Amino acid sequence: MSTGSRLSRSAGTTPVRSPDNRHRLSDKRPPRNPKRYLSVFRIRFTSSLQYRTAALAGVATQFFWGFVLIMVYIAFYSSSDLEPPISLPQLVTYVWLQQSFLAFIMLWYRDDELFRLITTGNIAYELCRPGELYGFWYAKLLAQRMSGALLRCLPILVAASFLPSPYRMMLPPDFLSGVLFIISLLLGLLVLVAISMFIYISVFYTMSPYGSLLMFTVVGEFLAGMIIPVPLMPEWLQDVVYLFPFSWTADFPFRVYSGHFSRTEAAIGILLQLVWLVVLVTTGRRLMLRALRRVVVQGG
Amino acid sequence: MRLLCCYLSILFRSQMQYRTSFWLLATGQFFLPFTTLAGIWFLFDRFGSIRGWEFPEVAICFAVIHMAFAISECFARGFDTFSSLVVSGEFDRLLVRPRSTILQVLGSRFEFTRIGRLAQSLIVLIWAIAHASIDWTLLKGCTLVLMILSGTIIFAGIFILSATMCFWTVQGLEVANILTDGGKELAQYPLQIYERWVVRFFTFIIPFGCVNYLPLQYLLGRTDGHGLLYALTPLGGLVFFIPCLFIWRIGVRHYRSTGS
Repeated sequence: MSTGSRLSRSAGTTPVRSPDNRHRLSDKRPPRNPKRYLSVFRIRFTSSLQYRTAALAGVATQFFWGFVLIMVYIAFYSSSDLEPPISLPQLVTYVWLQQSFLAFIMLWYRDDELFRLITTGNIAYELCRPGELYGFWYAKLLAQRMSGALLRCLPILVAASFLPSPYRMMLPPDFLSGVLFIISLLLGLLVLVAISMFIYISVFYTMSPYGSLLMFTVVGEFLAGMIIPVPLMPEWLQDVVYLFPFSWTADFPFRVYSGHFSRTEAAIGILLQLVWLVVLVTTGRRLMLRALRRVVVQGG
Repeated sequence: MRLLCCYLSILFRSQMQYRTSFWLLATGQFFLPFTTLAGIWFLFDRFGSIRGWEFPEVAICFAVIHMAFAISECFARGFDTFSSLVVSGEFDRLLVRPRSTILQVLGSRFEFTRIGRLAQSLIVLIWAIAHASIDWTLLKGCTLVLMILSGTIIFAGIFILSATMCFWTVQGLEVANILTDGGKELAQYPLQIYERWVVRFFTFIIPFGCVNYLPLQYLLGRTDGHGLLYALTPLGGLVFFIPCLFIWRIGVRHYRSTGS
């Protein structure tokens, strides 16, 4: 929780370019206060924690899924004697991490409420709220994902580390990789939320979320290594993958955890994550301001 | 039967009212499984084969199961969204009509956009058939068609089972996804690559094996002797469907309206 709140605050205090006030419904802007975003975060977080049964069902599903994937990889590994680019225990760990932090890395994990706000015109109420919309929504989405993962990750992680041999999830090779993993995972989450903001922003232009959602999820999930892990892709495809921000959200932290990346590689990667985060958040905010400027709220 | 056709045409016309949206969704459904297939292809590219199965053979599995899933999602969608009928109390209305509940729930919803996924699987299937080494006979053709039909019926059976649970829980349960989506995911590959207990469970309890590796072995001529037996395994799907109907009837008798 403490790390979460720190994150949401940093998301809220990114510098604000003076917005065009003509079409703002309120032009009296109170002084920006990071606490606001924090409380949005807290409310969302606790309300999402209510759905415990759903989370339990989710855990069962993900557990099953992880099993299936691992069995497929084991079968593949046993039918070739070539040296694979990632060892089986590392891959198994990769799969379990993917399953436990699904809420951190799935692009389709969406908030239909926000879509409805835009398409029904209720966005007007949102604009009346003090505070900037980007930070506000960012905190909301972040909280949703954090609570979703919090409920699900622990049972899966614990159970997976007590499984019999080929299925067991290993611990990180040393303490430092564990720390680097946590840093990169949280940064990855921030990057992912920044990416998903683009889906919501695009709805301002297209008015229907399905097209962009579909595109983002199909392309994004593949490039993030959700269909097959990035190290198992052919070389040329890996080069393509690294050009996009998606692999930094899911693939990178998991490989840091299993020690597939060396420490220096991990450190450089974390820097790159930061760069991506800044780039995505600034362009996202600029696009959103532009979209809001041309927003037309219909009466009724 | 005539009533079902009537339902079909009404829902088809109503969905065609939003023509652009319909085609967009259908195209989306068309492209969605491609990444999965690409993933499988890349794995084969790296590892060559999986426990002796080649890529075209796995592609047949993939196409058959995805077609079956698409068809049954199109037609049995009513059972998939059944919890909304129970929650809203709409089911009371179905009960007072002089037709079977199965038919009416079936007719309450069809998803024609799944045609996109169907088309995609069809293309994959044609490609795979052209590339797999199969000596075609009439019986083999029948077996292939049976595999798809029986797969559809198995998925429909699972949809009905999960809908039946709503009689007791009101809310739909996500766990049922393990059997539908999970089954689809699992049966993309010949089941033999999995652990023994998984194969047993998905052959004898939920008979995905009957539309998957058993008849596939027959198609590829790897059955040593009992060809006909393997050719008829897809009928196992029908056997699975009967208890599902029974459980549904028990469920209907247990039904208590939510009163809303």
